Amino acid sequence: MASSVDVHGGPSPADSTTARPVGTTPDPSRRSRLGGRLRRRAPAPAAPADVPAAVGPEIDIAPNDPILAFLHSTPGVVDIRGLTIESPALEAMRAAGVVLVVPLVTSGEMVGLLQLGPRLSERDYSKDDRQLLESLARYAAPALRLGQLVREQEAEARSRERIEQELKVAQLIQQQFLPKALPDLPTWNISAFYRPARTVGGDFYDFIPMGDGRVMVVTGDVTDKGVPAALVMASTHALLRETGPRLGSPSAVLARVNDLLCEDIPAHMFVTCLAMVLNPLTGSIEFANAGHNLPYVRGVDGRVRELRATGMPLGLMPGMSYEQSQAVVAPGERLLLYSDGLTEQHNSSGEMFGFGRTERLVARAHSGVELTDLCISELAVFTGPDVEQEDDITLVALWRSEGAAPPAGETGEITAFSLPSEPGNERTALARVAEAVAGYGLTEDQLERLKTAVAETTMNAIEHGNHNRPELDVHVAVIDEGTQLAVTISDSGTDGVEPGPTHPDLELKLAGLQTPRGWGLFLIENMVDEVEQSTEEGRHTVRLVMHLGADTTPEEETDVDV
Amino acid sequence: MSTYDVEVRGEPPVAVMALEGNIDRDAMASLNAAYEAAVGGDPKVVLLDFQDVHYINSTGIALIVGVLGRARAEGRQVLASGLTEHYERIFTITRLSDFIQIYADVDSAVDGATTHQRT
Repeated sequence: MASSVDVHGGPSPADSTTARPVGTTPDPSRRSRLGGRLRRRAPAPAAPADVPAAVGPEIDIAPNDPILAFLHSTPGVVDIRGLTIESPALEAMRAAGVVLVVPLVTSGEMVGLLQLGPRLSERDYSKDDRQLLESLARYAAPALRLGQLVREQEAEARSRERIEQELKVAQLIQQQFLPKALPDLPTWNISAFYRPARTVGGDFYDFIPMGDGRVMVVTGDVTDKGVPAALVMASTHALLRETGPRLGSPSAVLARVNDLLCEDIPAHMFVTCLAMVLNPLTGSIEFANAGHNLPYVRGVDGRVRELRATGMPLGLMPGMSYEQSQAVVAPGERLLLYSDGLTEQHNSSGEMFGFGRTERLVARAHSGVELTDLCISELAVFTGPDVEQEDDITLVALWRSEGAAPPAGETGEITAFSLPSEPGNERTALARVAEAVAGYGLTEDQLERLKTAVAETTMNAIEHGNHNRPELDVHVAVIDEGTQLAVTISDSGTDGVEPGPTHPDLELKLAGLQTPRGWGLFLIENMVDEVEQSTEEGRHTVRLVMHLGADTTPEEETDVDV
Repeated sequence: MSTYDVEVRGEPPVAVMALEGNIDRDAMASLNAAYEAAVGGDPKVVLLDFQDVHYINSTGIALIVGVLGRARAEGRQVLASGLTEHYERIFTITRLSDFIQIYADVDSAVDGATTHQRT
């Protein structure tokens, strides 16, 4: 006799009772939780007595079908022929030829239903048959339940695996929104740290080029965490990227993004965001705040202060305006932007990391990288090993090096020109730079020193950077940086530095132990107040800086043996 | 190739090399030729006069180091005159001034050399 019992290997009542096809159905109450209709298998009706019937058609039992309540309250074998319940399932079972049903109950829970057609002999089901069926049901029910549980767990595992896979993909996508590299701003040391509490997060940070040399630094935090926050983070990020360069000022950007977000954001969500536009040359910053943590600045005197600006978080109410503040980050000063994932993290005793600790770390660090590293290591020490990260953590640290140009009034490029790499053109560079800086307040001595440095640097660029190839240009630019003048000289090489000792020794040279040459870089360093070299995108650039306002003769080299 | 005037002055004789223009890579031949001319009479003192020099670069410094090295090997003293304040500073920075006595002009250099020789 065929059986459609869901438990493989379980006893089949049909074999011993020569019953008509039987079937079971999974626990109706469990199915109904999933909102679907119950499906059960029923025997094919009126099969000839000597032909074992195949598994019958499946019969759906609605979760609210009265037959379920009846079977729950009636243990043992039930003859459905005499039932007078108004039940679609009962009708269907009768139509399918079912005469007996046996609820499969384990731990008080009905996990299935055994259905039998008419007995294959002339006689109806006997008392023994019924007892056998009842005892079979007692054994079959827990086995069936076990099988159901195994299936459910397998399904859950598959579903979990799929969700985890999707989250991994979401994480990869979200990582694309974060800056792939930190901006390379001369004299600025920048560091950023981002760690979501879950696979994806609602925190974000970005460095958005404004197209005029300025950079908009943003840090933000979407309420909640995980996937919902990540979705809102993605659209906020896109809006900031789009409006930043177009609107230019942080307050205008926040107002616009707020209006756009209000249209789409779910009612209970909002975004805190700090937007800061930095002029890396002067250190001047303009910033506006939409409910985000106030950045800390550590002054050169070692004191830490907050950059104050207030405003409503984004996405709560349209038509908001945002206060815009200004400040100057002086050389040697550093700045920390952070999300509340840092300050509001608790340790195992329930104590919060807090603003005080954060402020003290800002006072301690000596560079941007050191500052973010310090925050994370101190946070780890504070929380201890077994405490879960509560919220996403974002840190952005900016440190302006001591050698940077002090803030000043109008700044900008005075002149820029290119020269072919032919010997002697260093004198053209010298003459043109001298002409350009006239009237900028250099003393005669400073002018002479700058001229020598420009000529030597250009000569190095022609000879060592561009290898005297006339088709390669040397670019020269003169920049007014307020309280100082800068000259940048770049070539196409990556090694535009004159070879030779950095500290030429005249006695060795006179003794024939060192080449008589090799004075270029040494002279340059002794002529100007600052020399910086950088290589980027295949060009080597030397930046010469002369301070204005004081004839600051560079200290002469004193470490030469006399 | 430009040539530098060389004259011998004073007693004991000082060979005065009147350098001109730019002391850079283009000056190498002229400088060497002038030195040859200057030491023809085997003077004990050679004076490099920079009065009419407008520009000295690191290659020029190297040439001067070469002249100084050769003169010292030959037992000659080297003096300099007519340097602007800027180039005098460069002589100080490079320590050329430790080996080359610097005078304001040719006359004071010749005077200084002859006085020095006599004493």
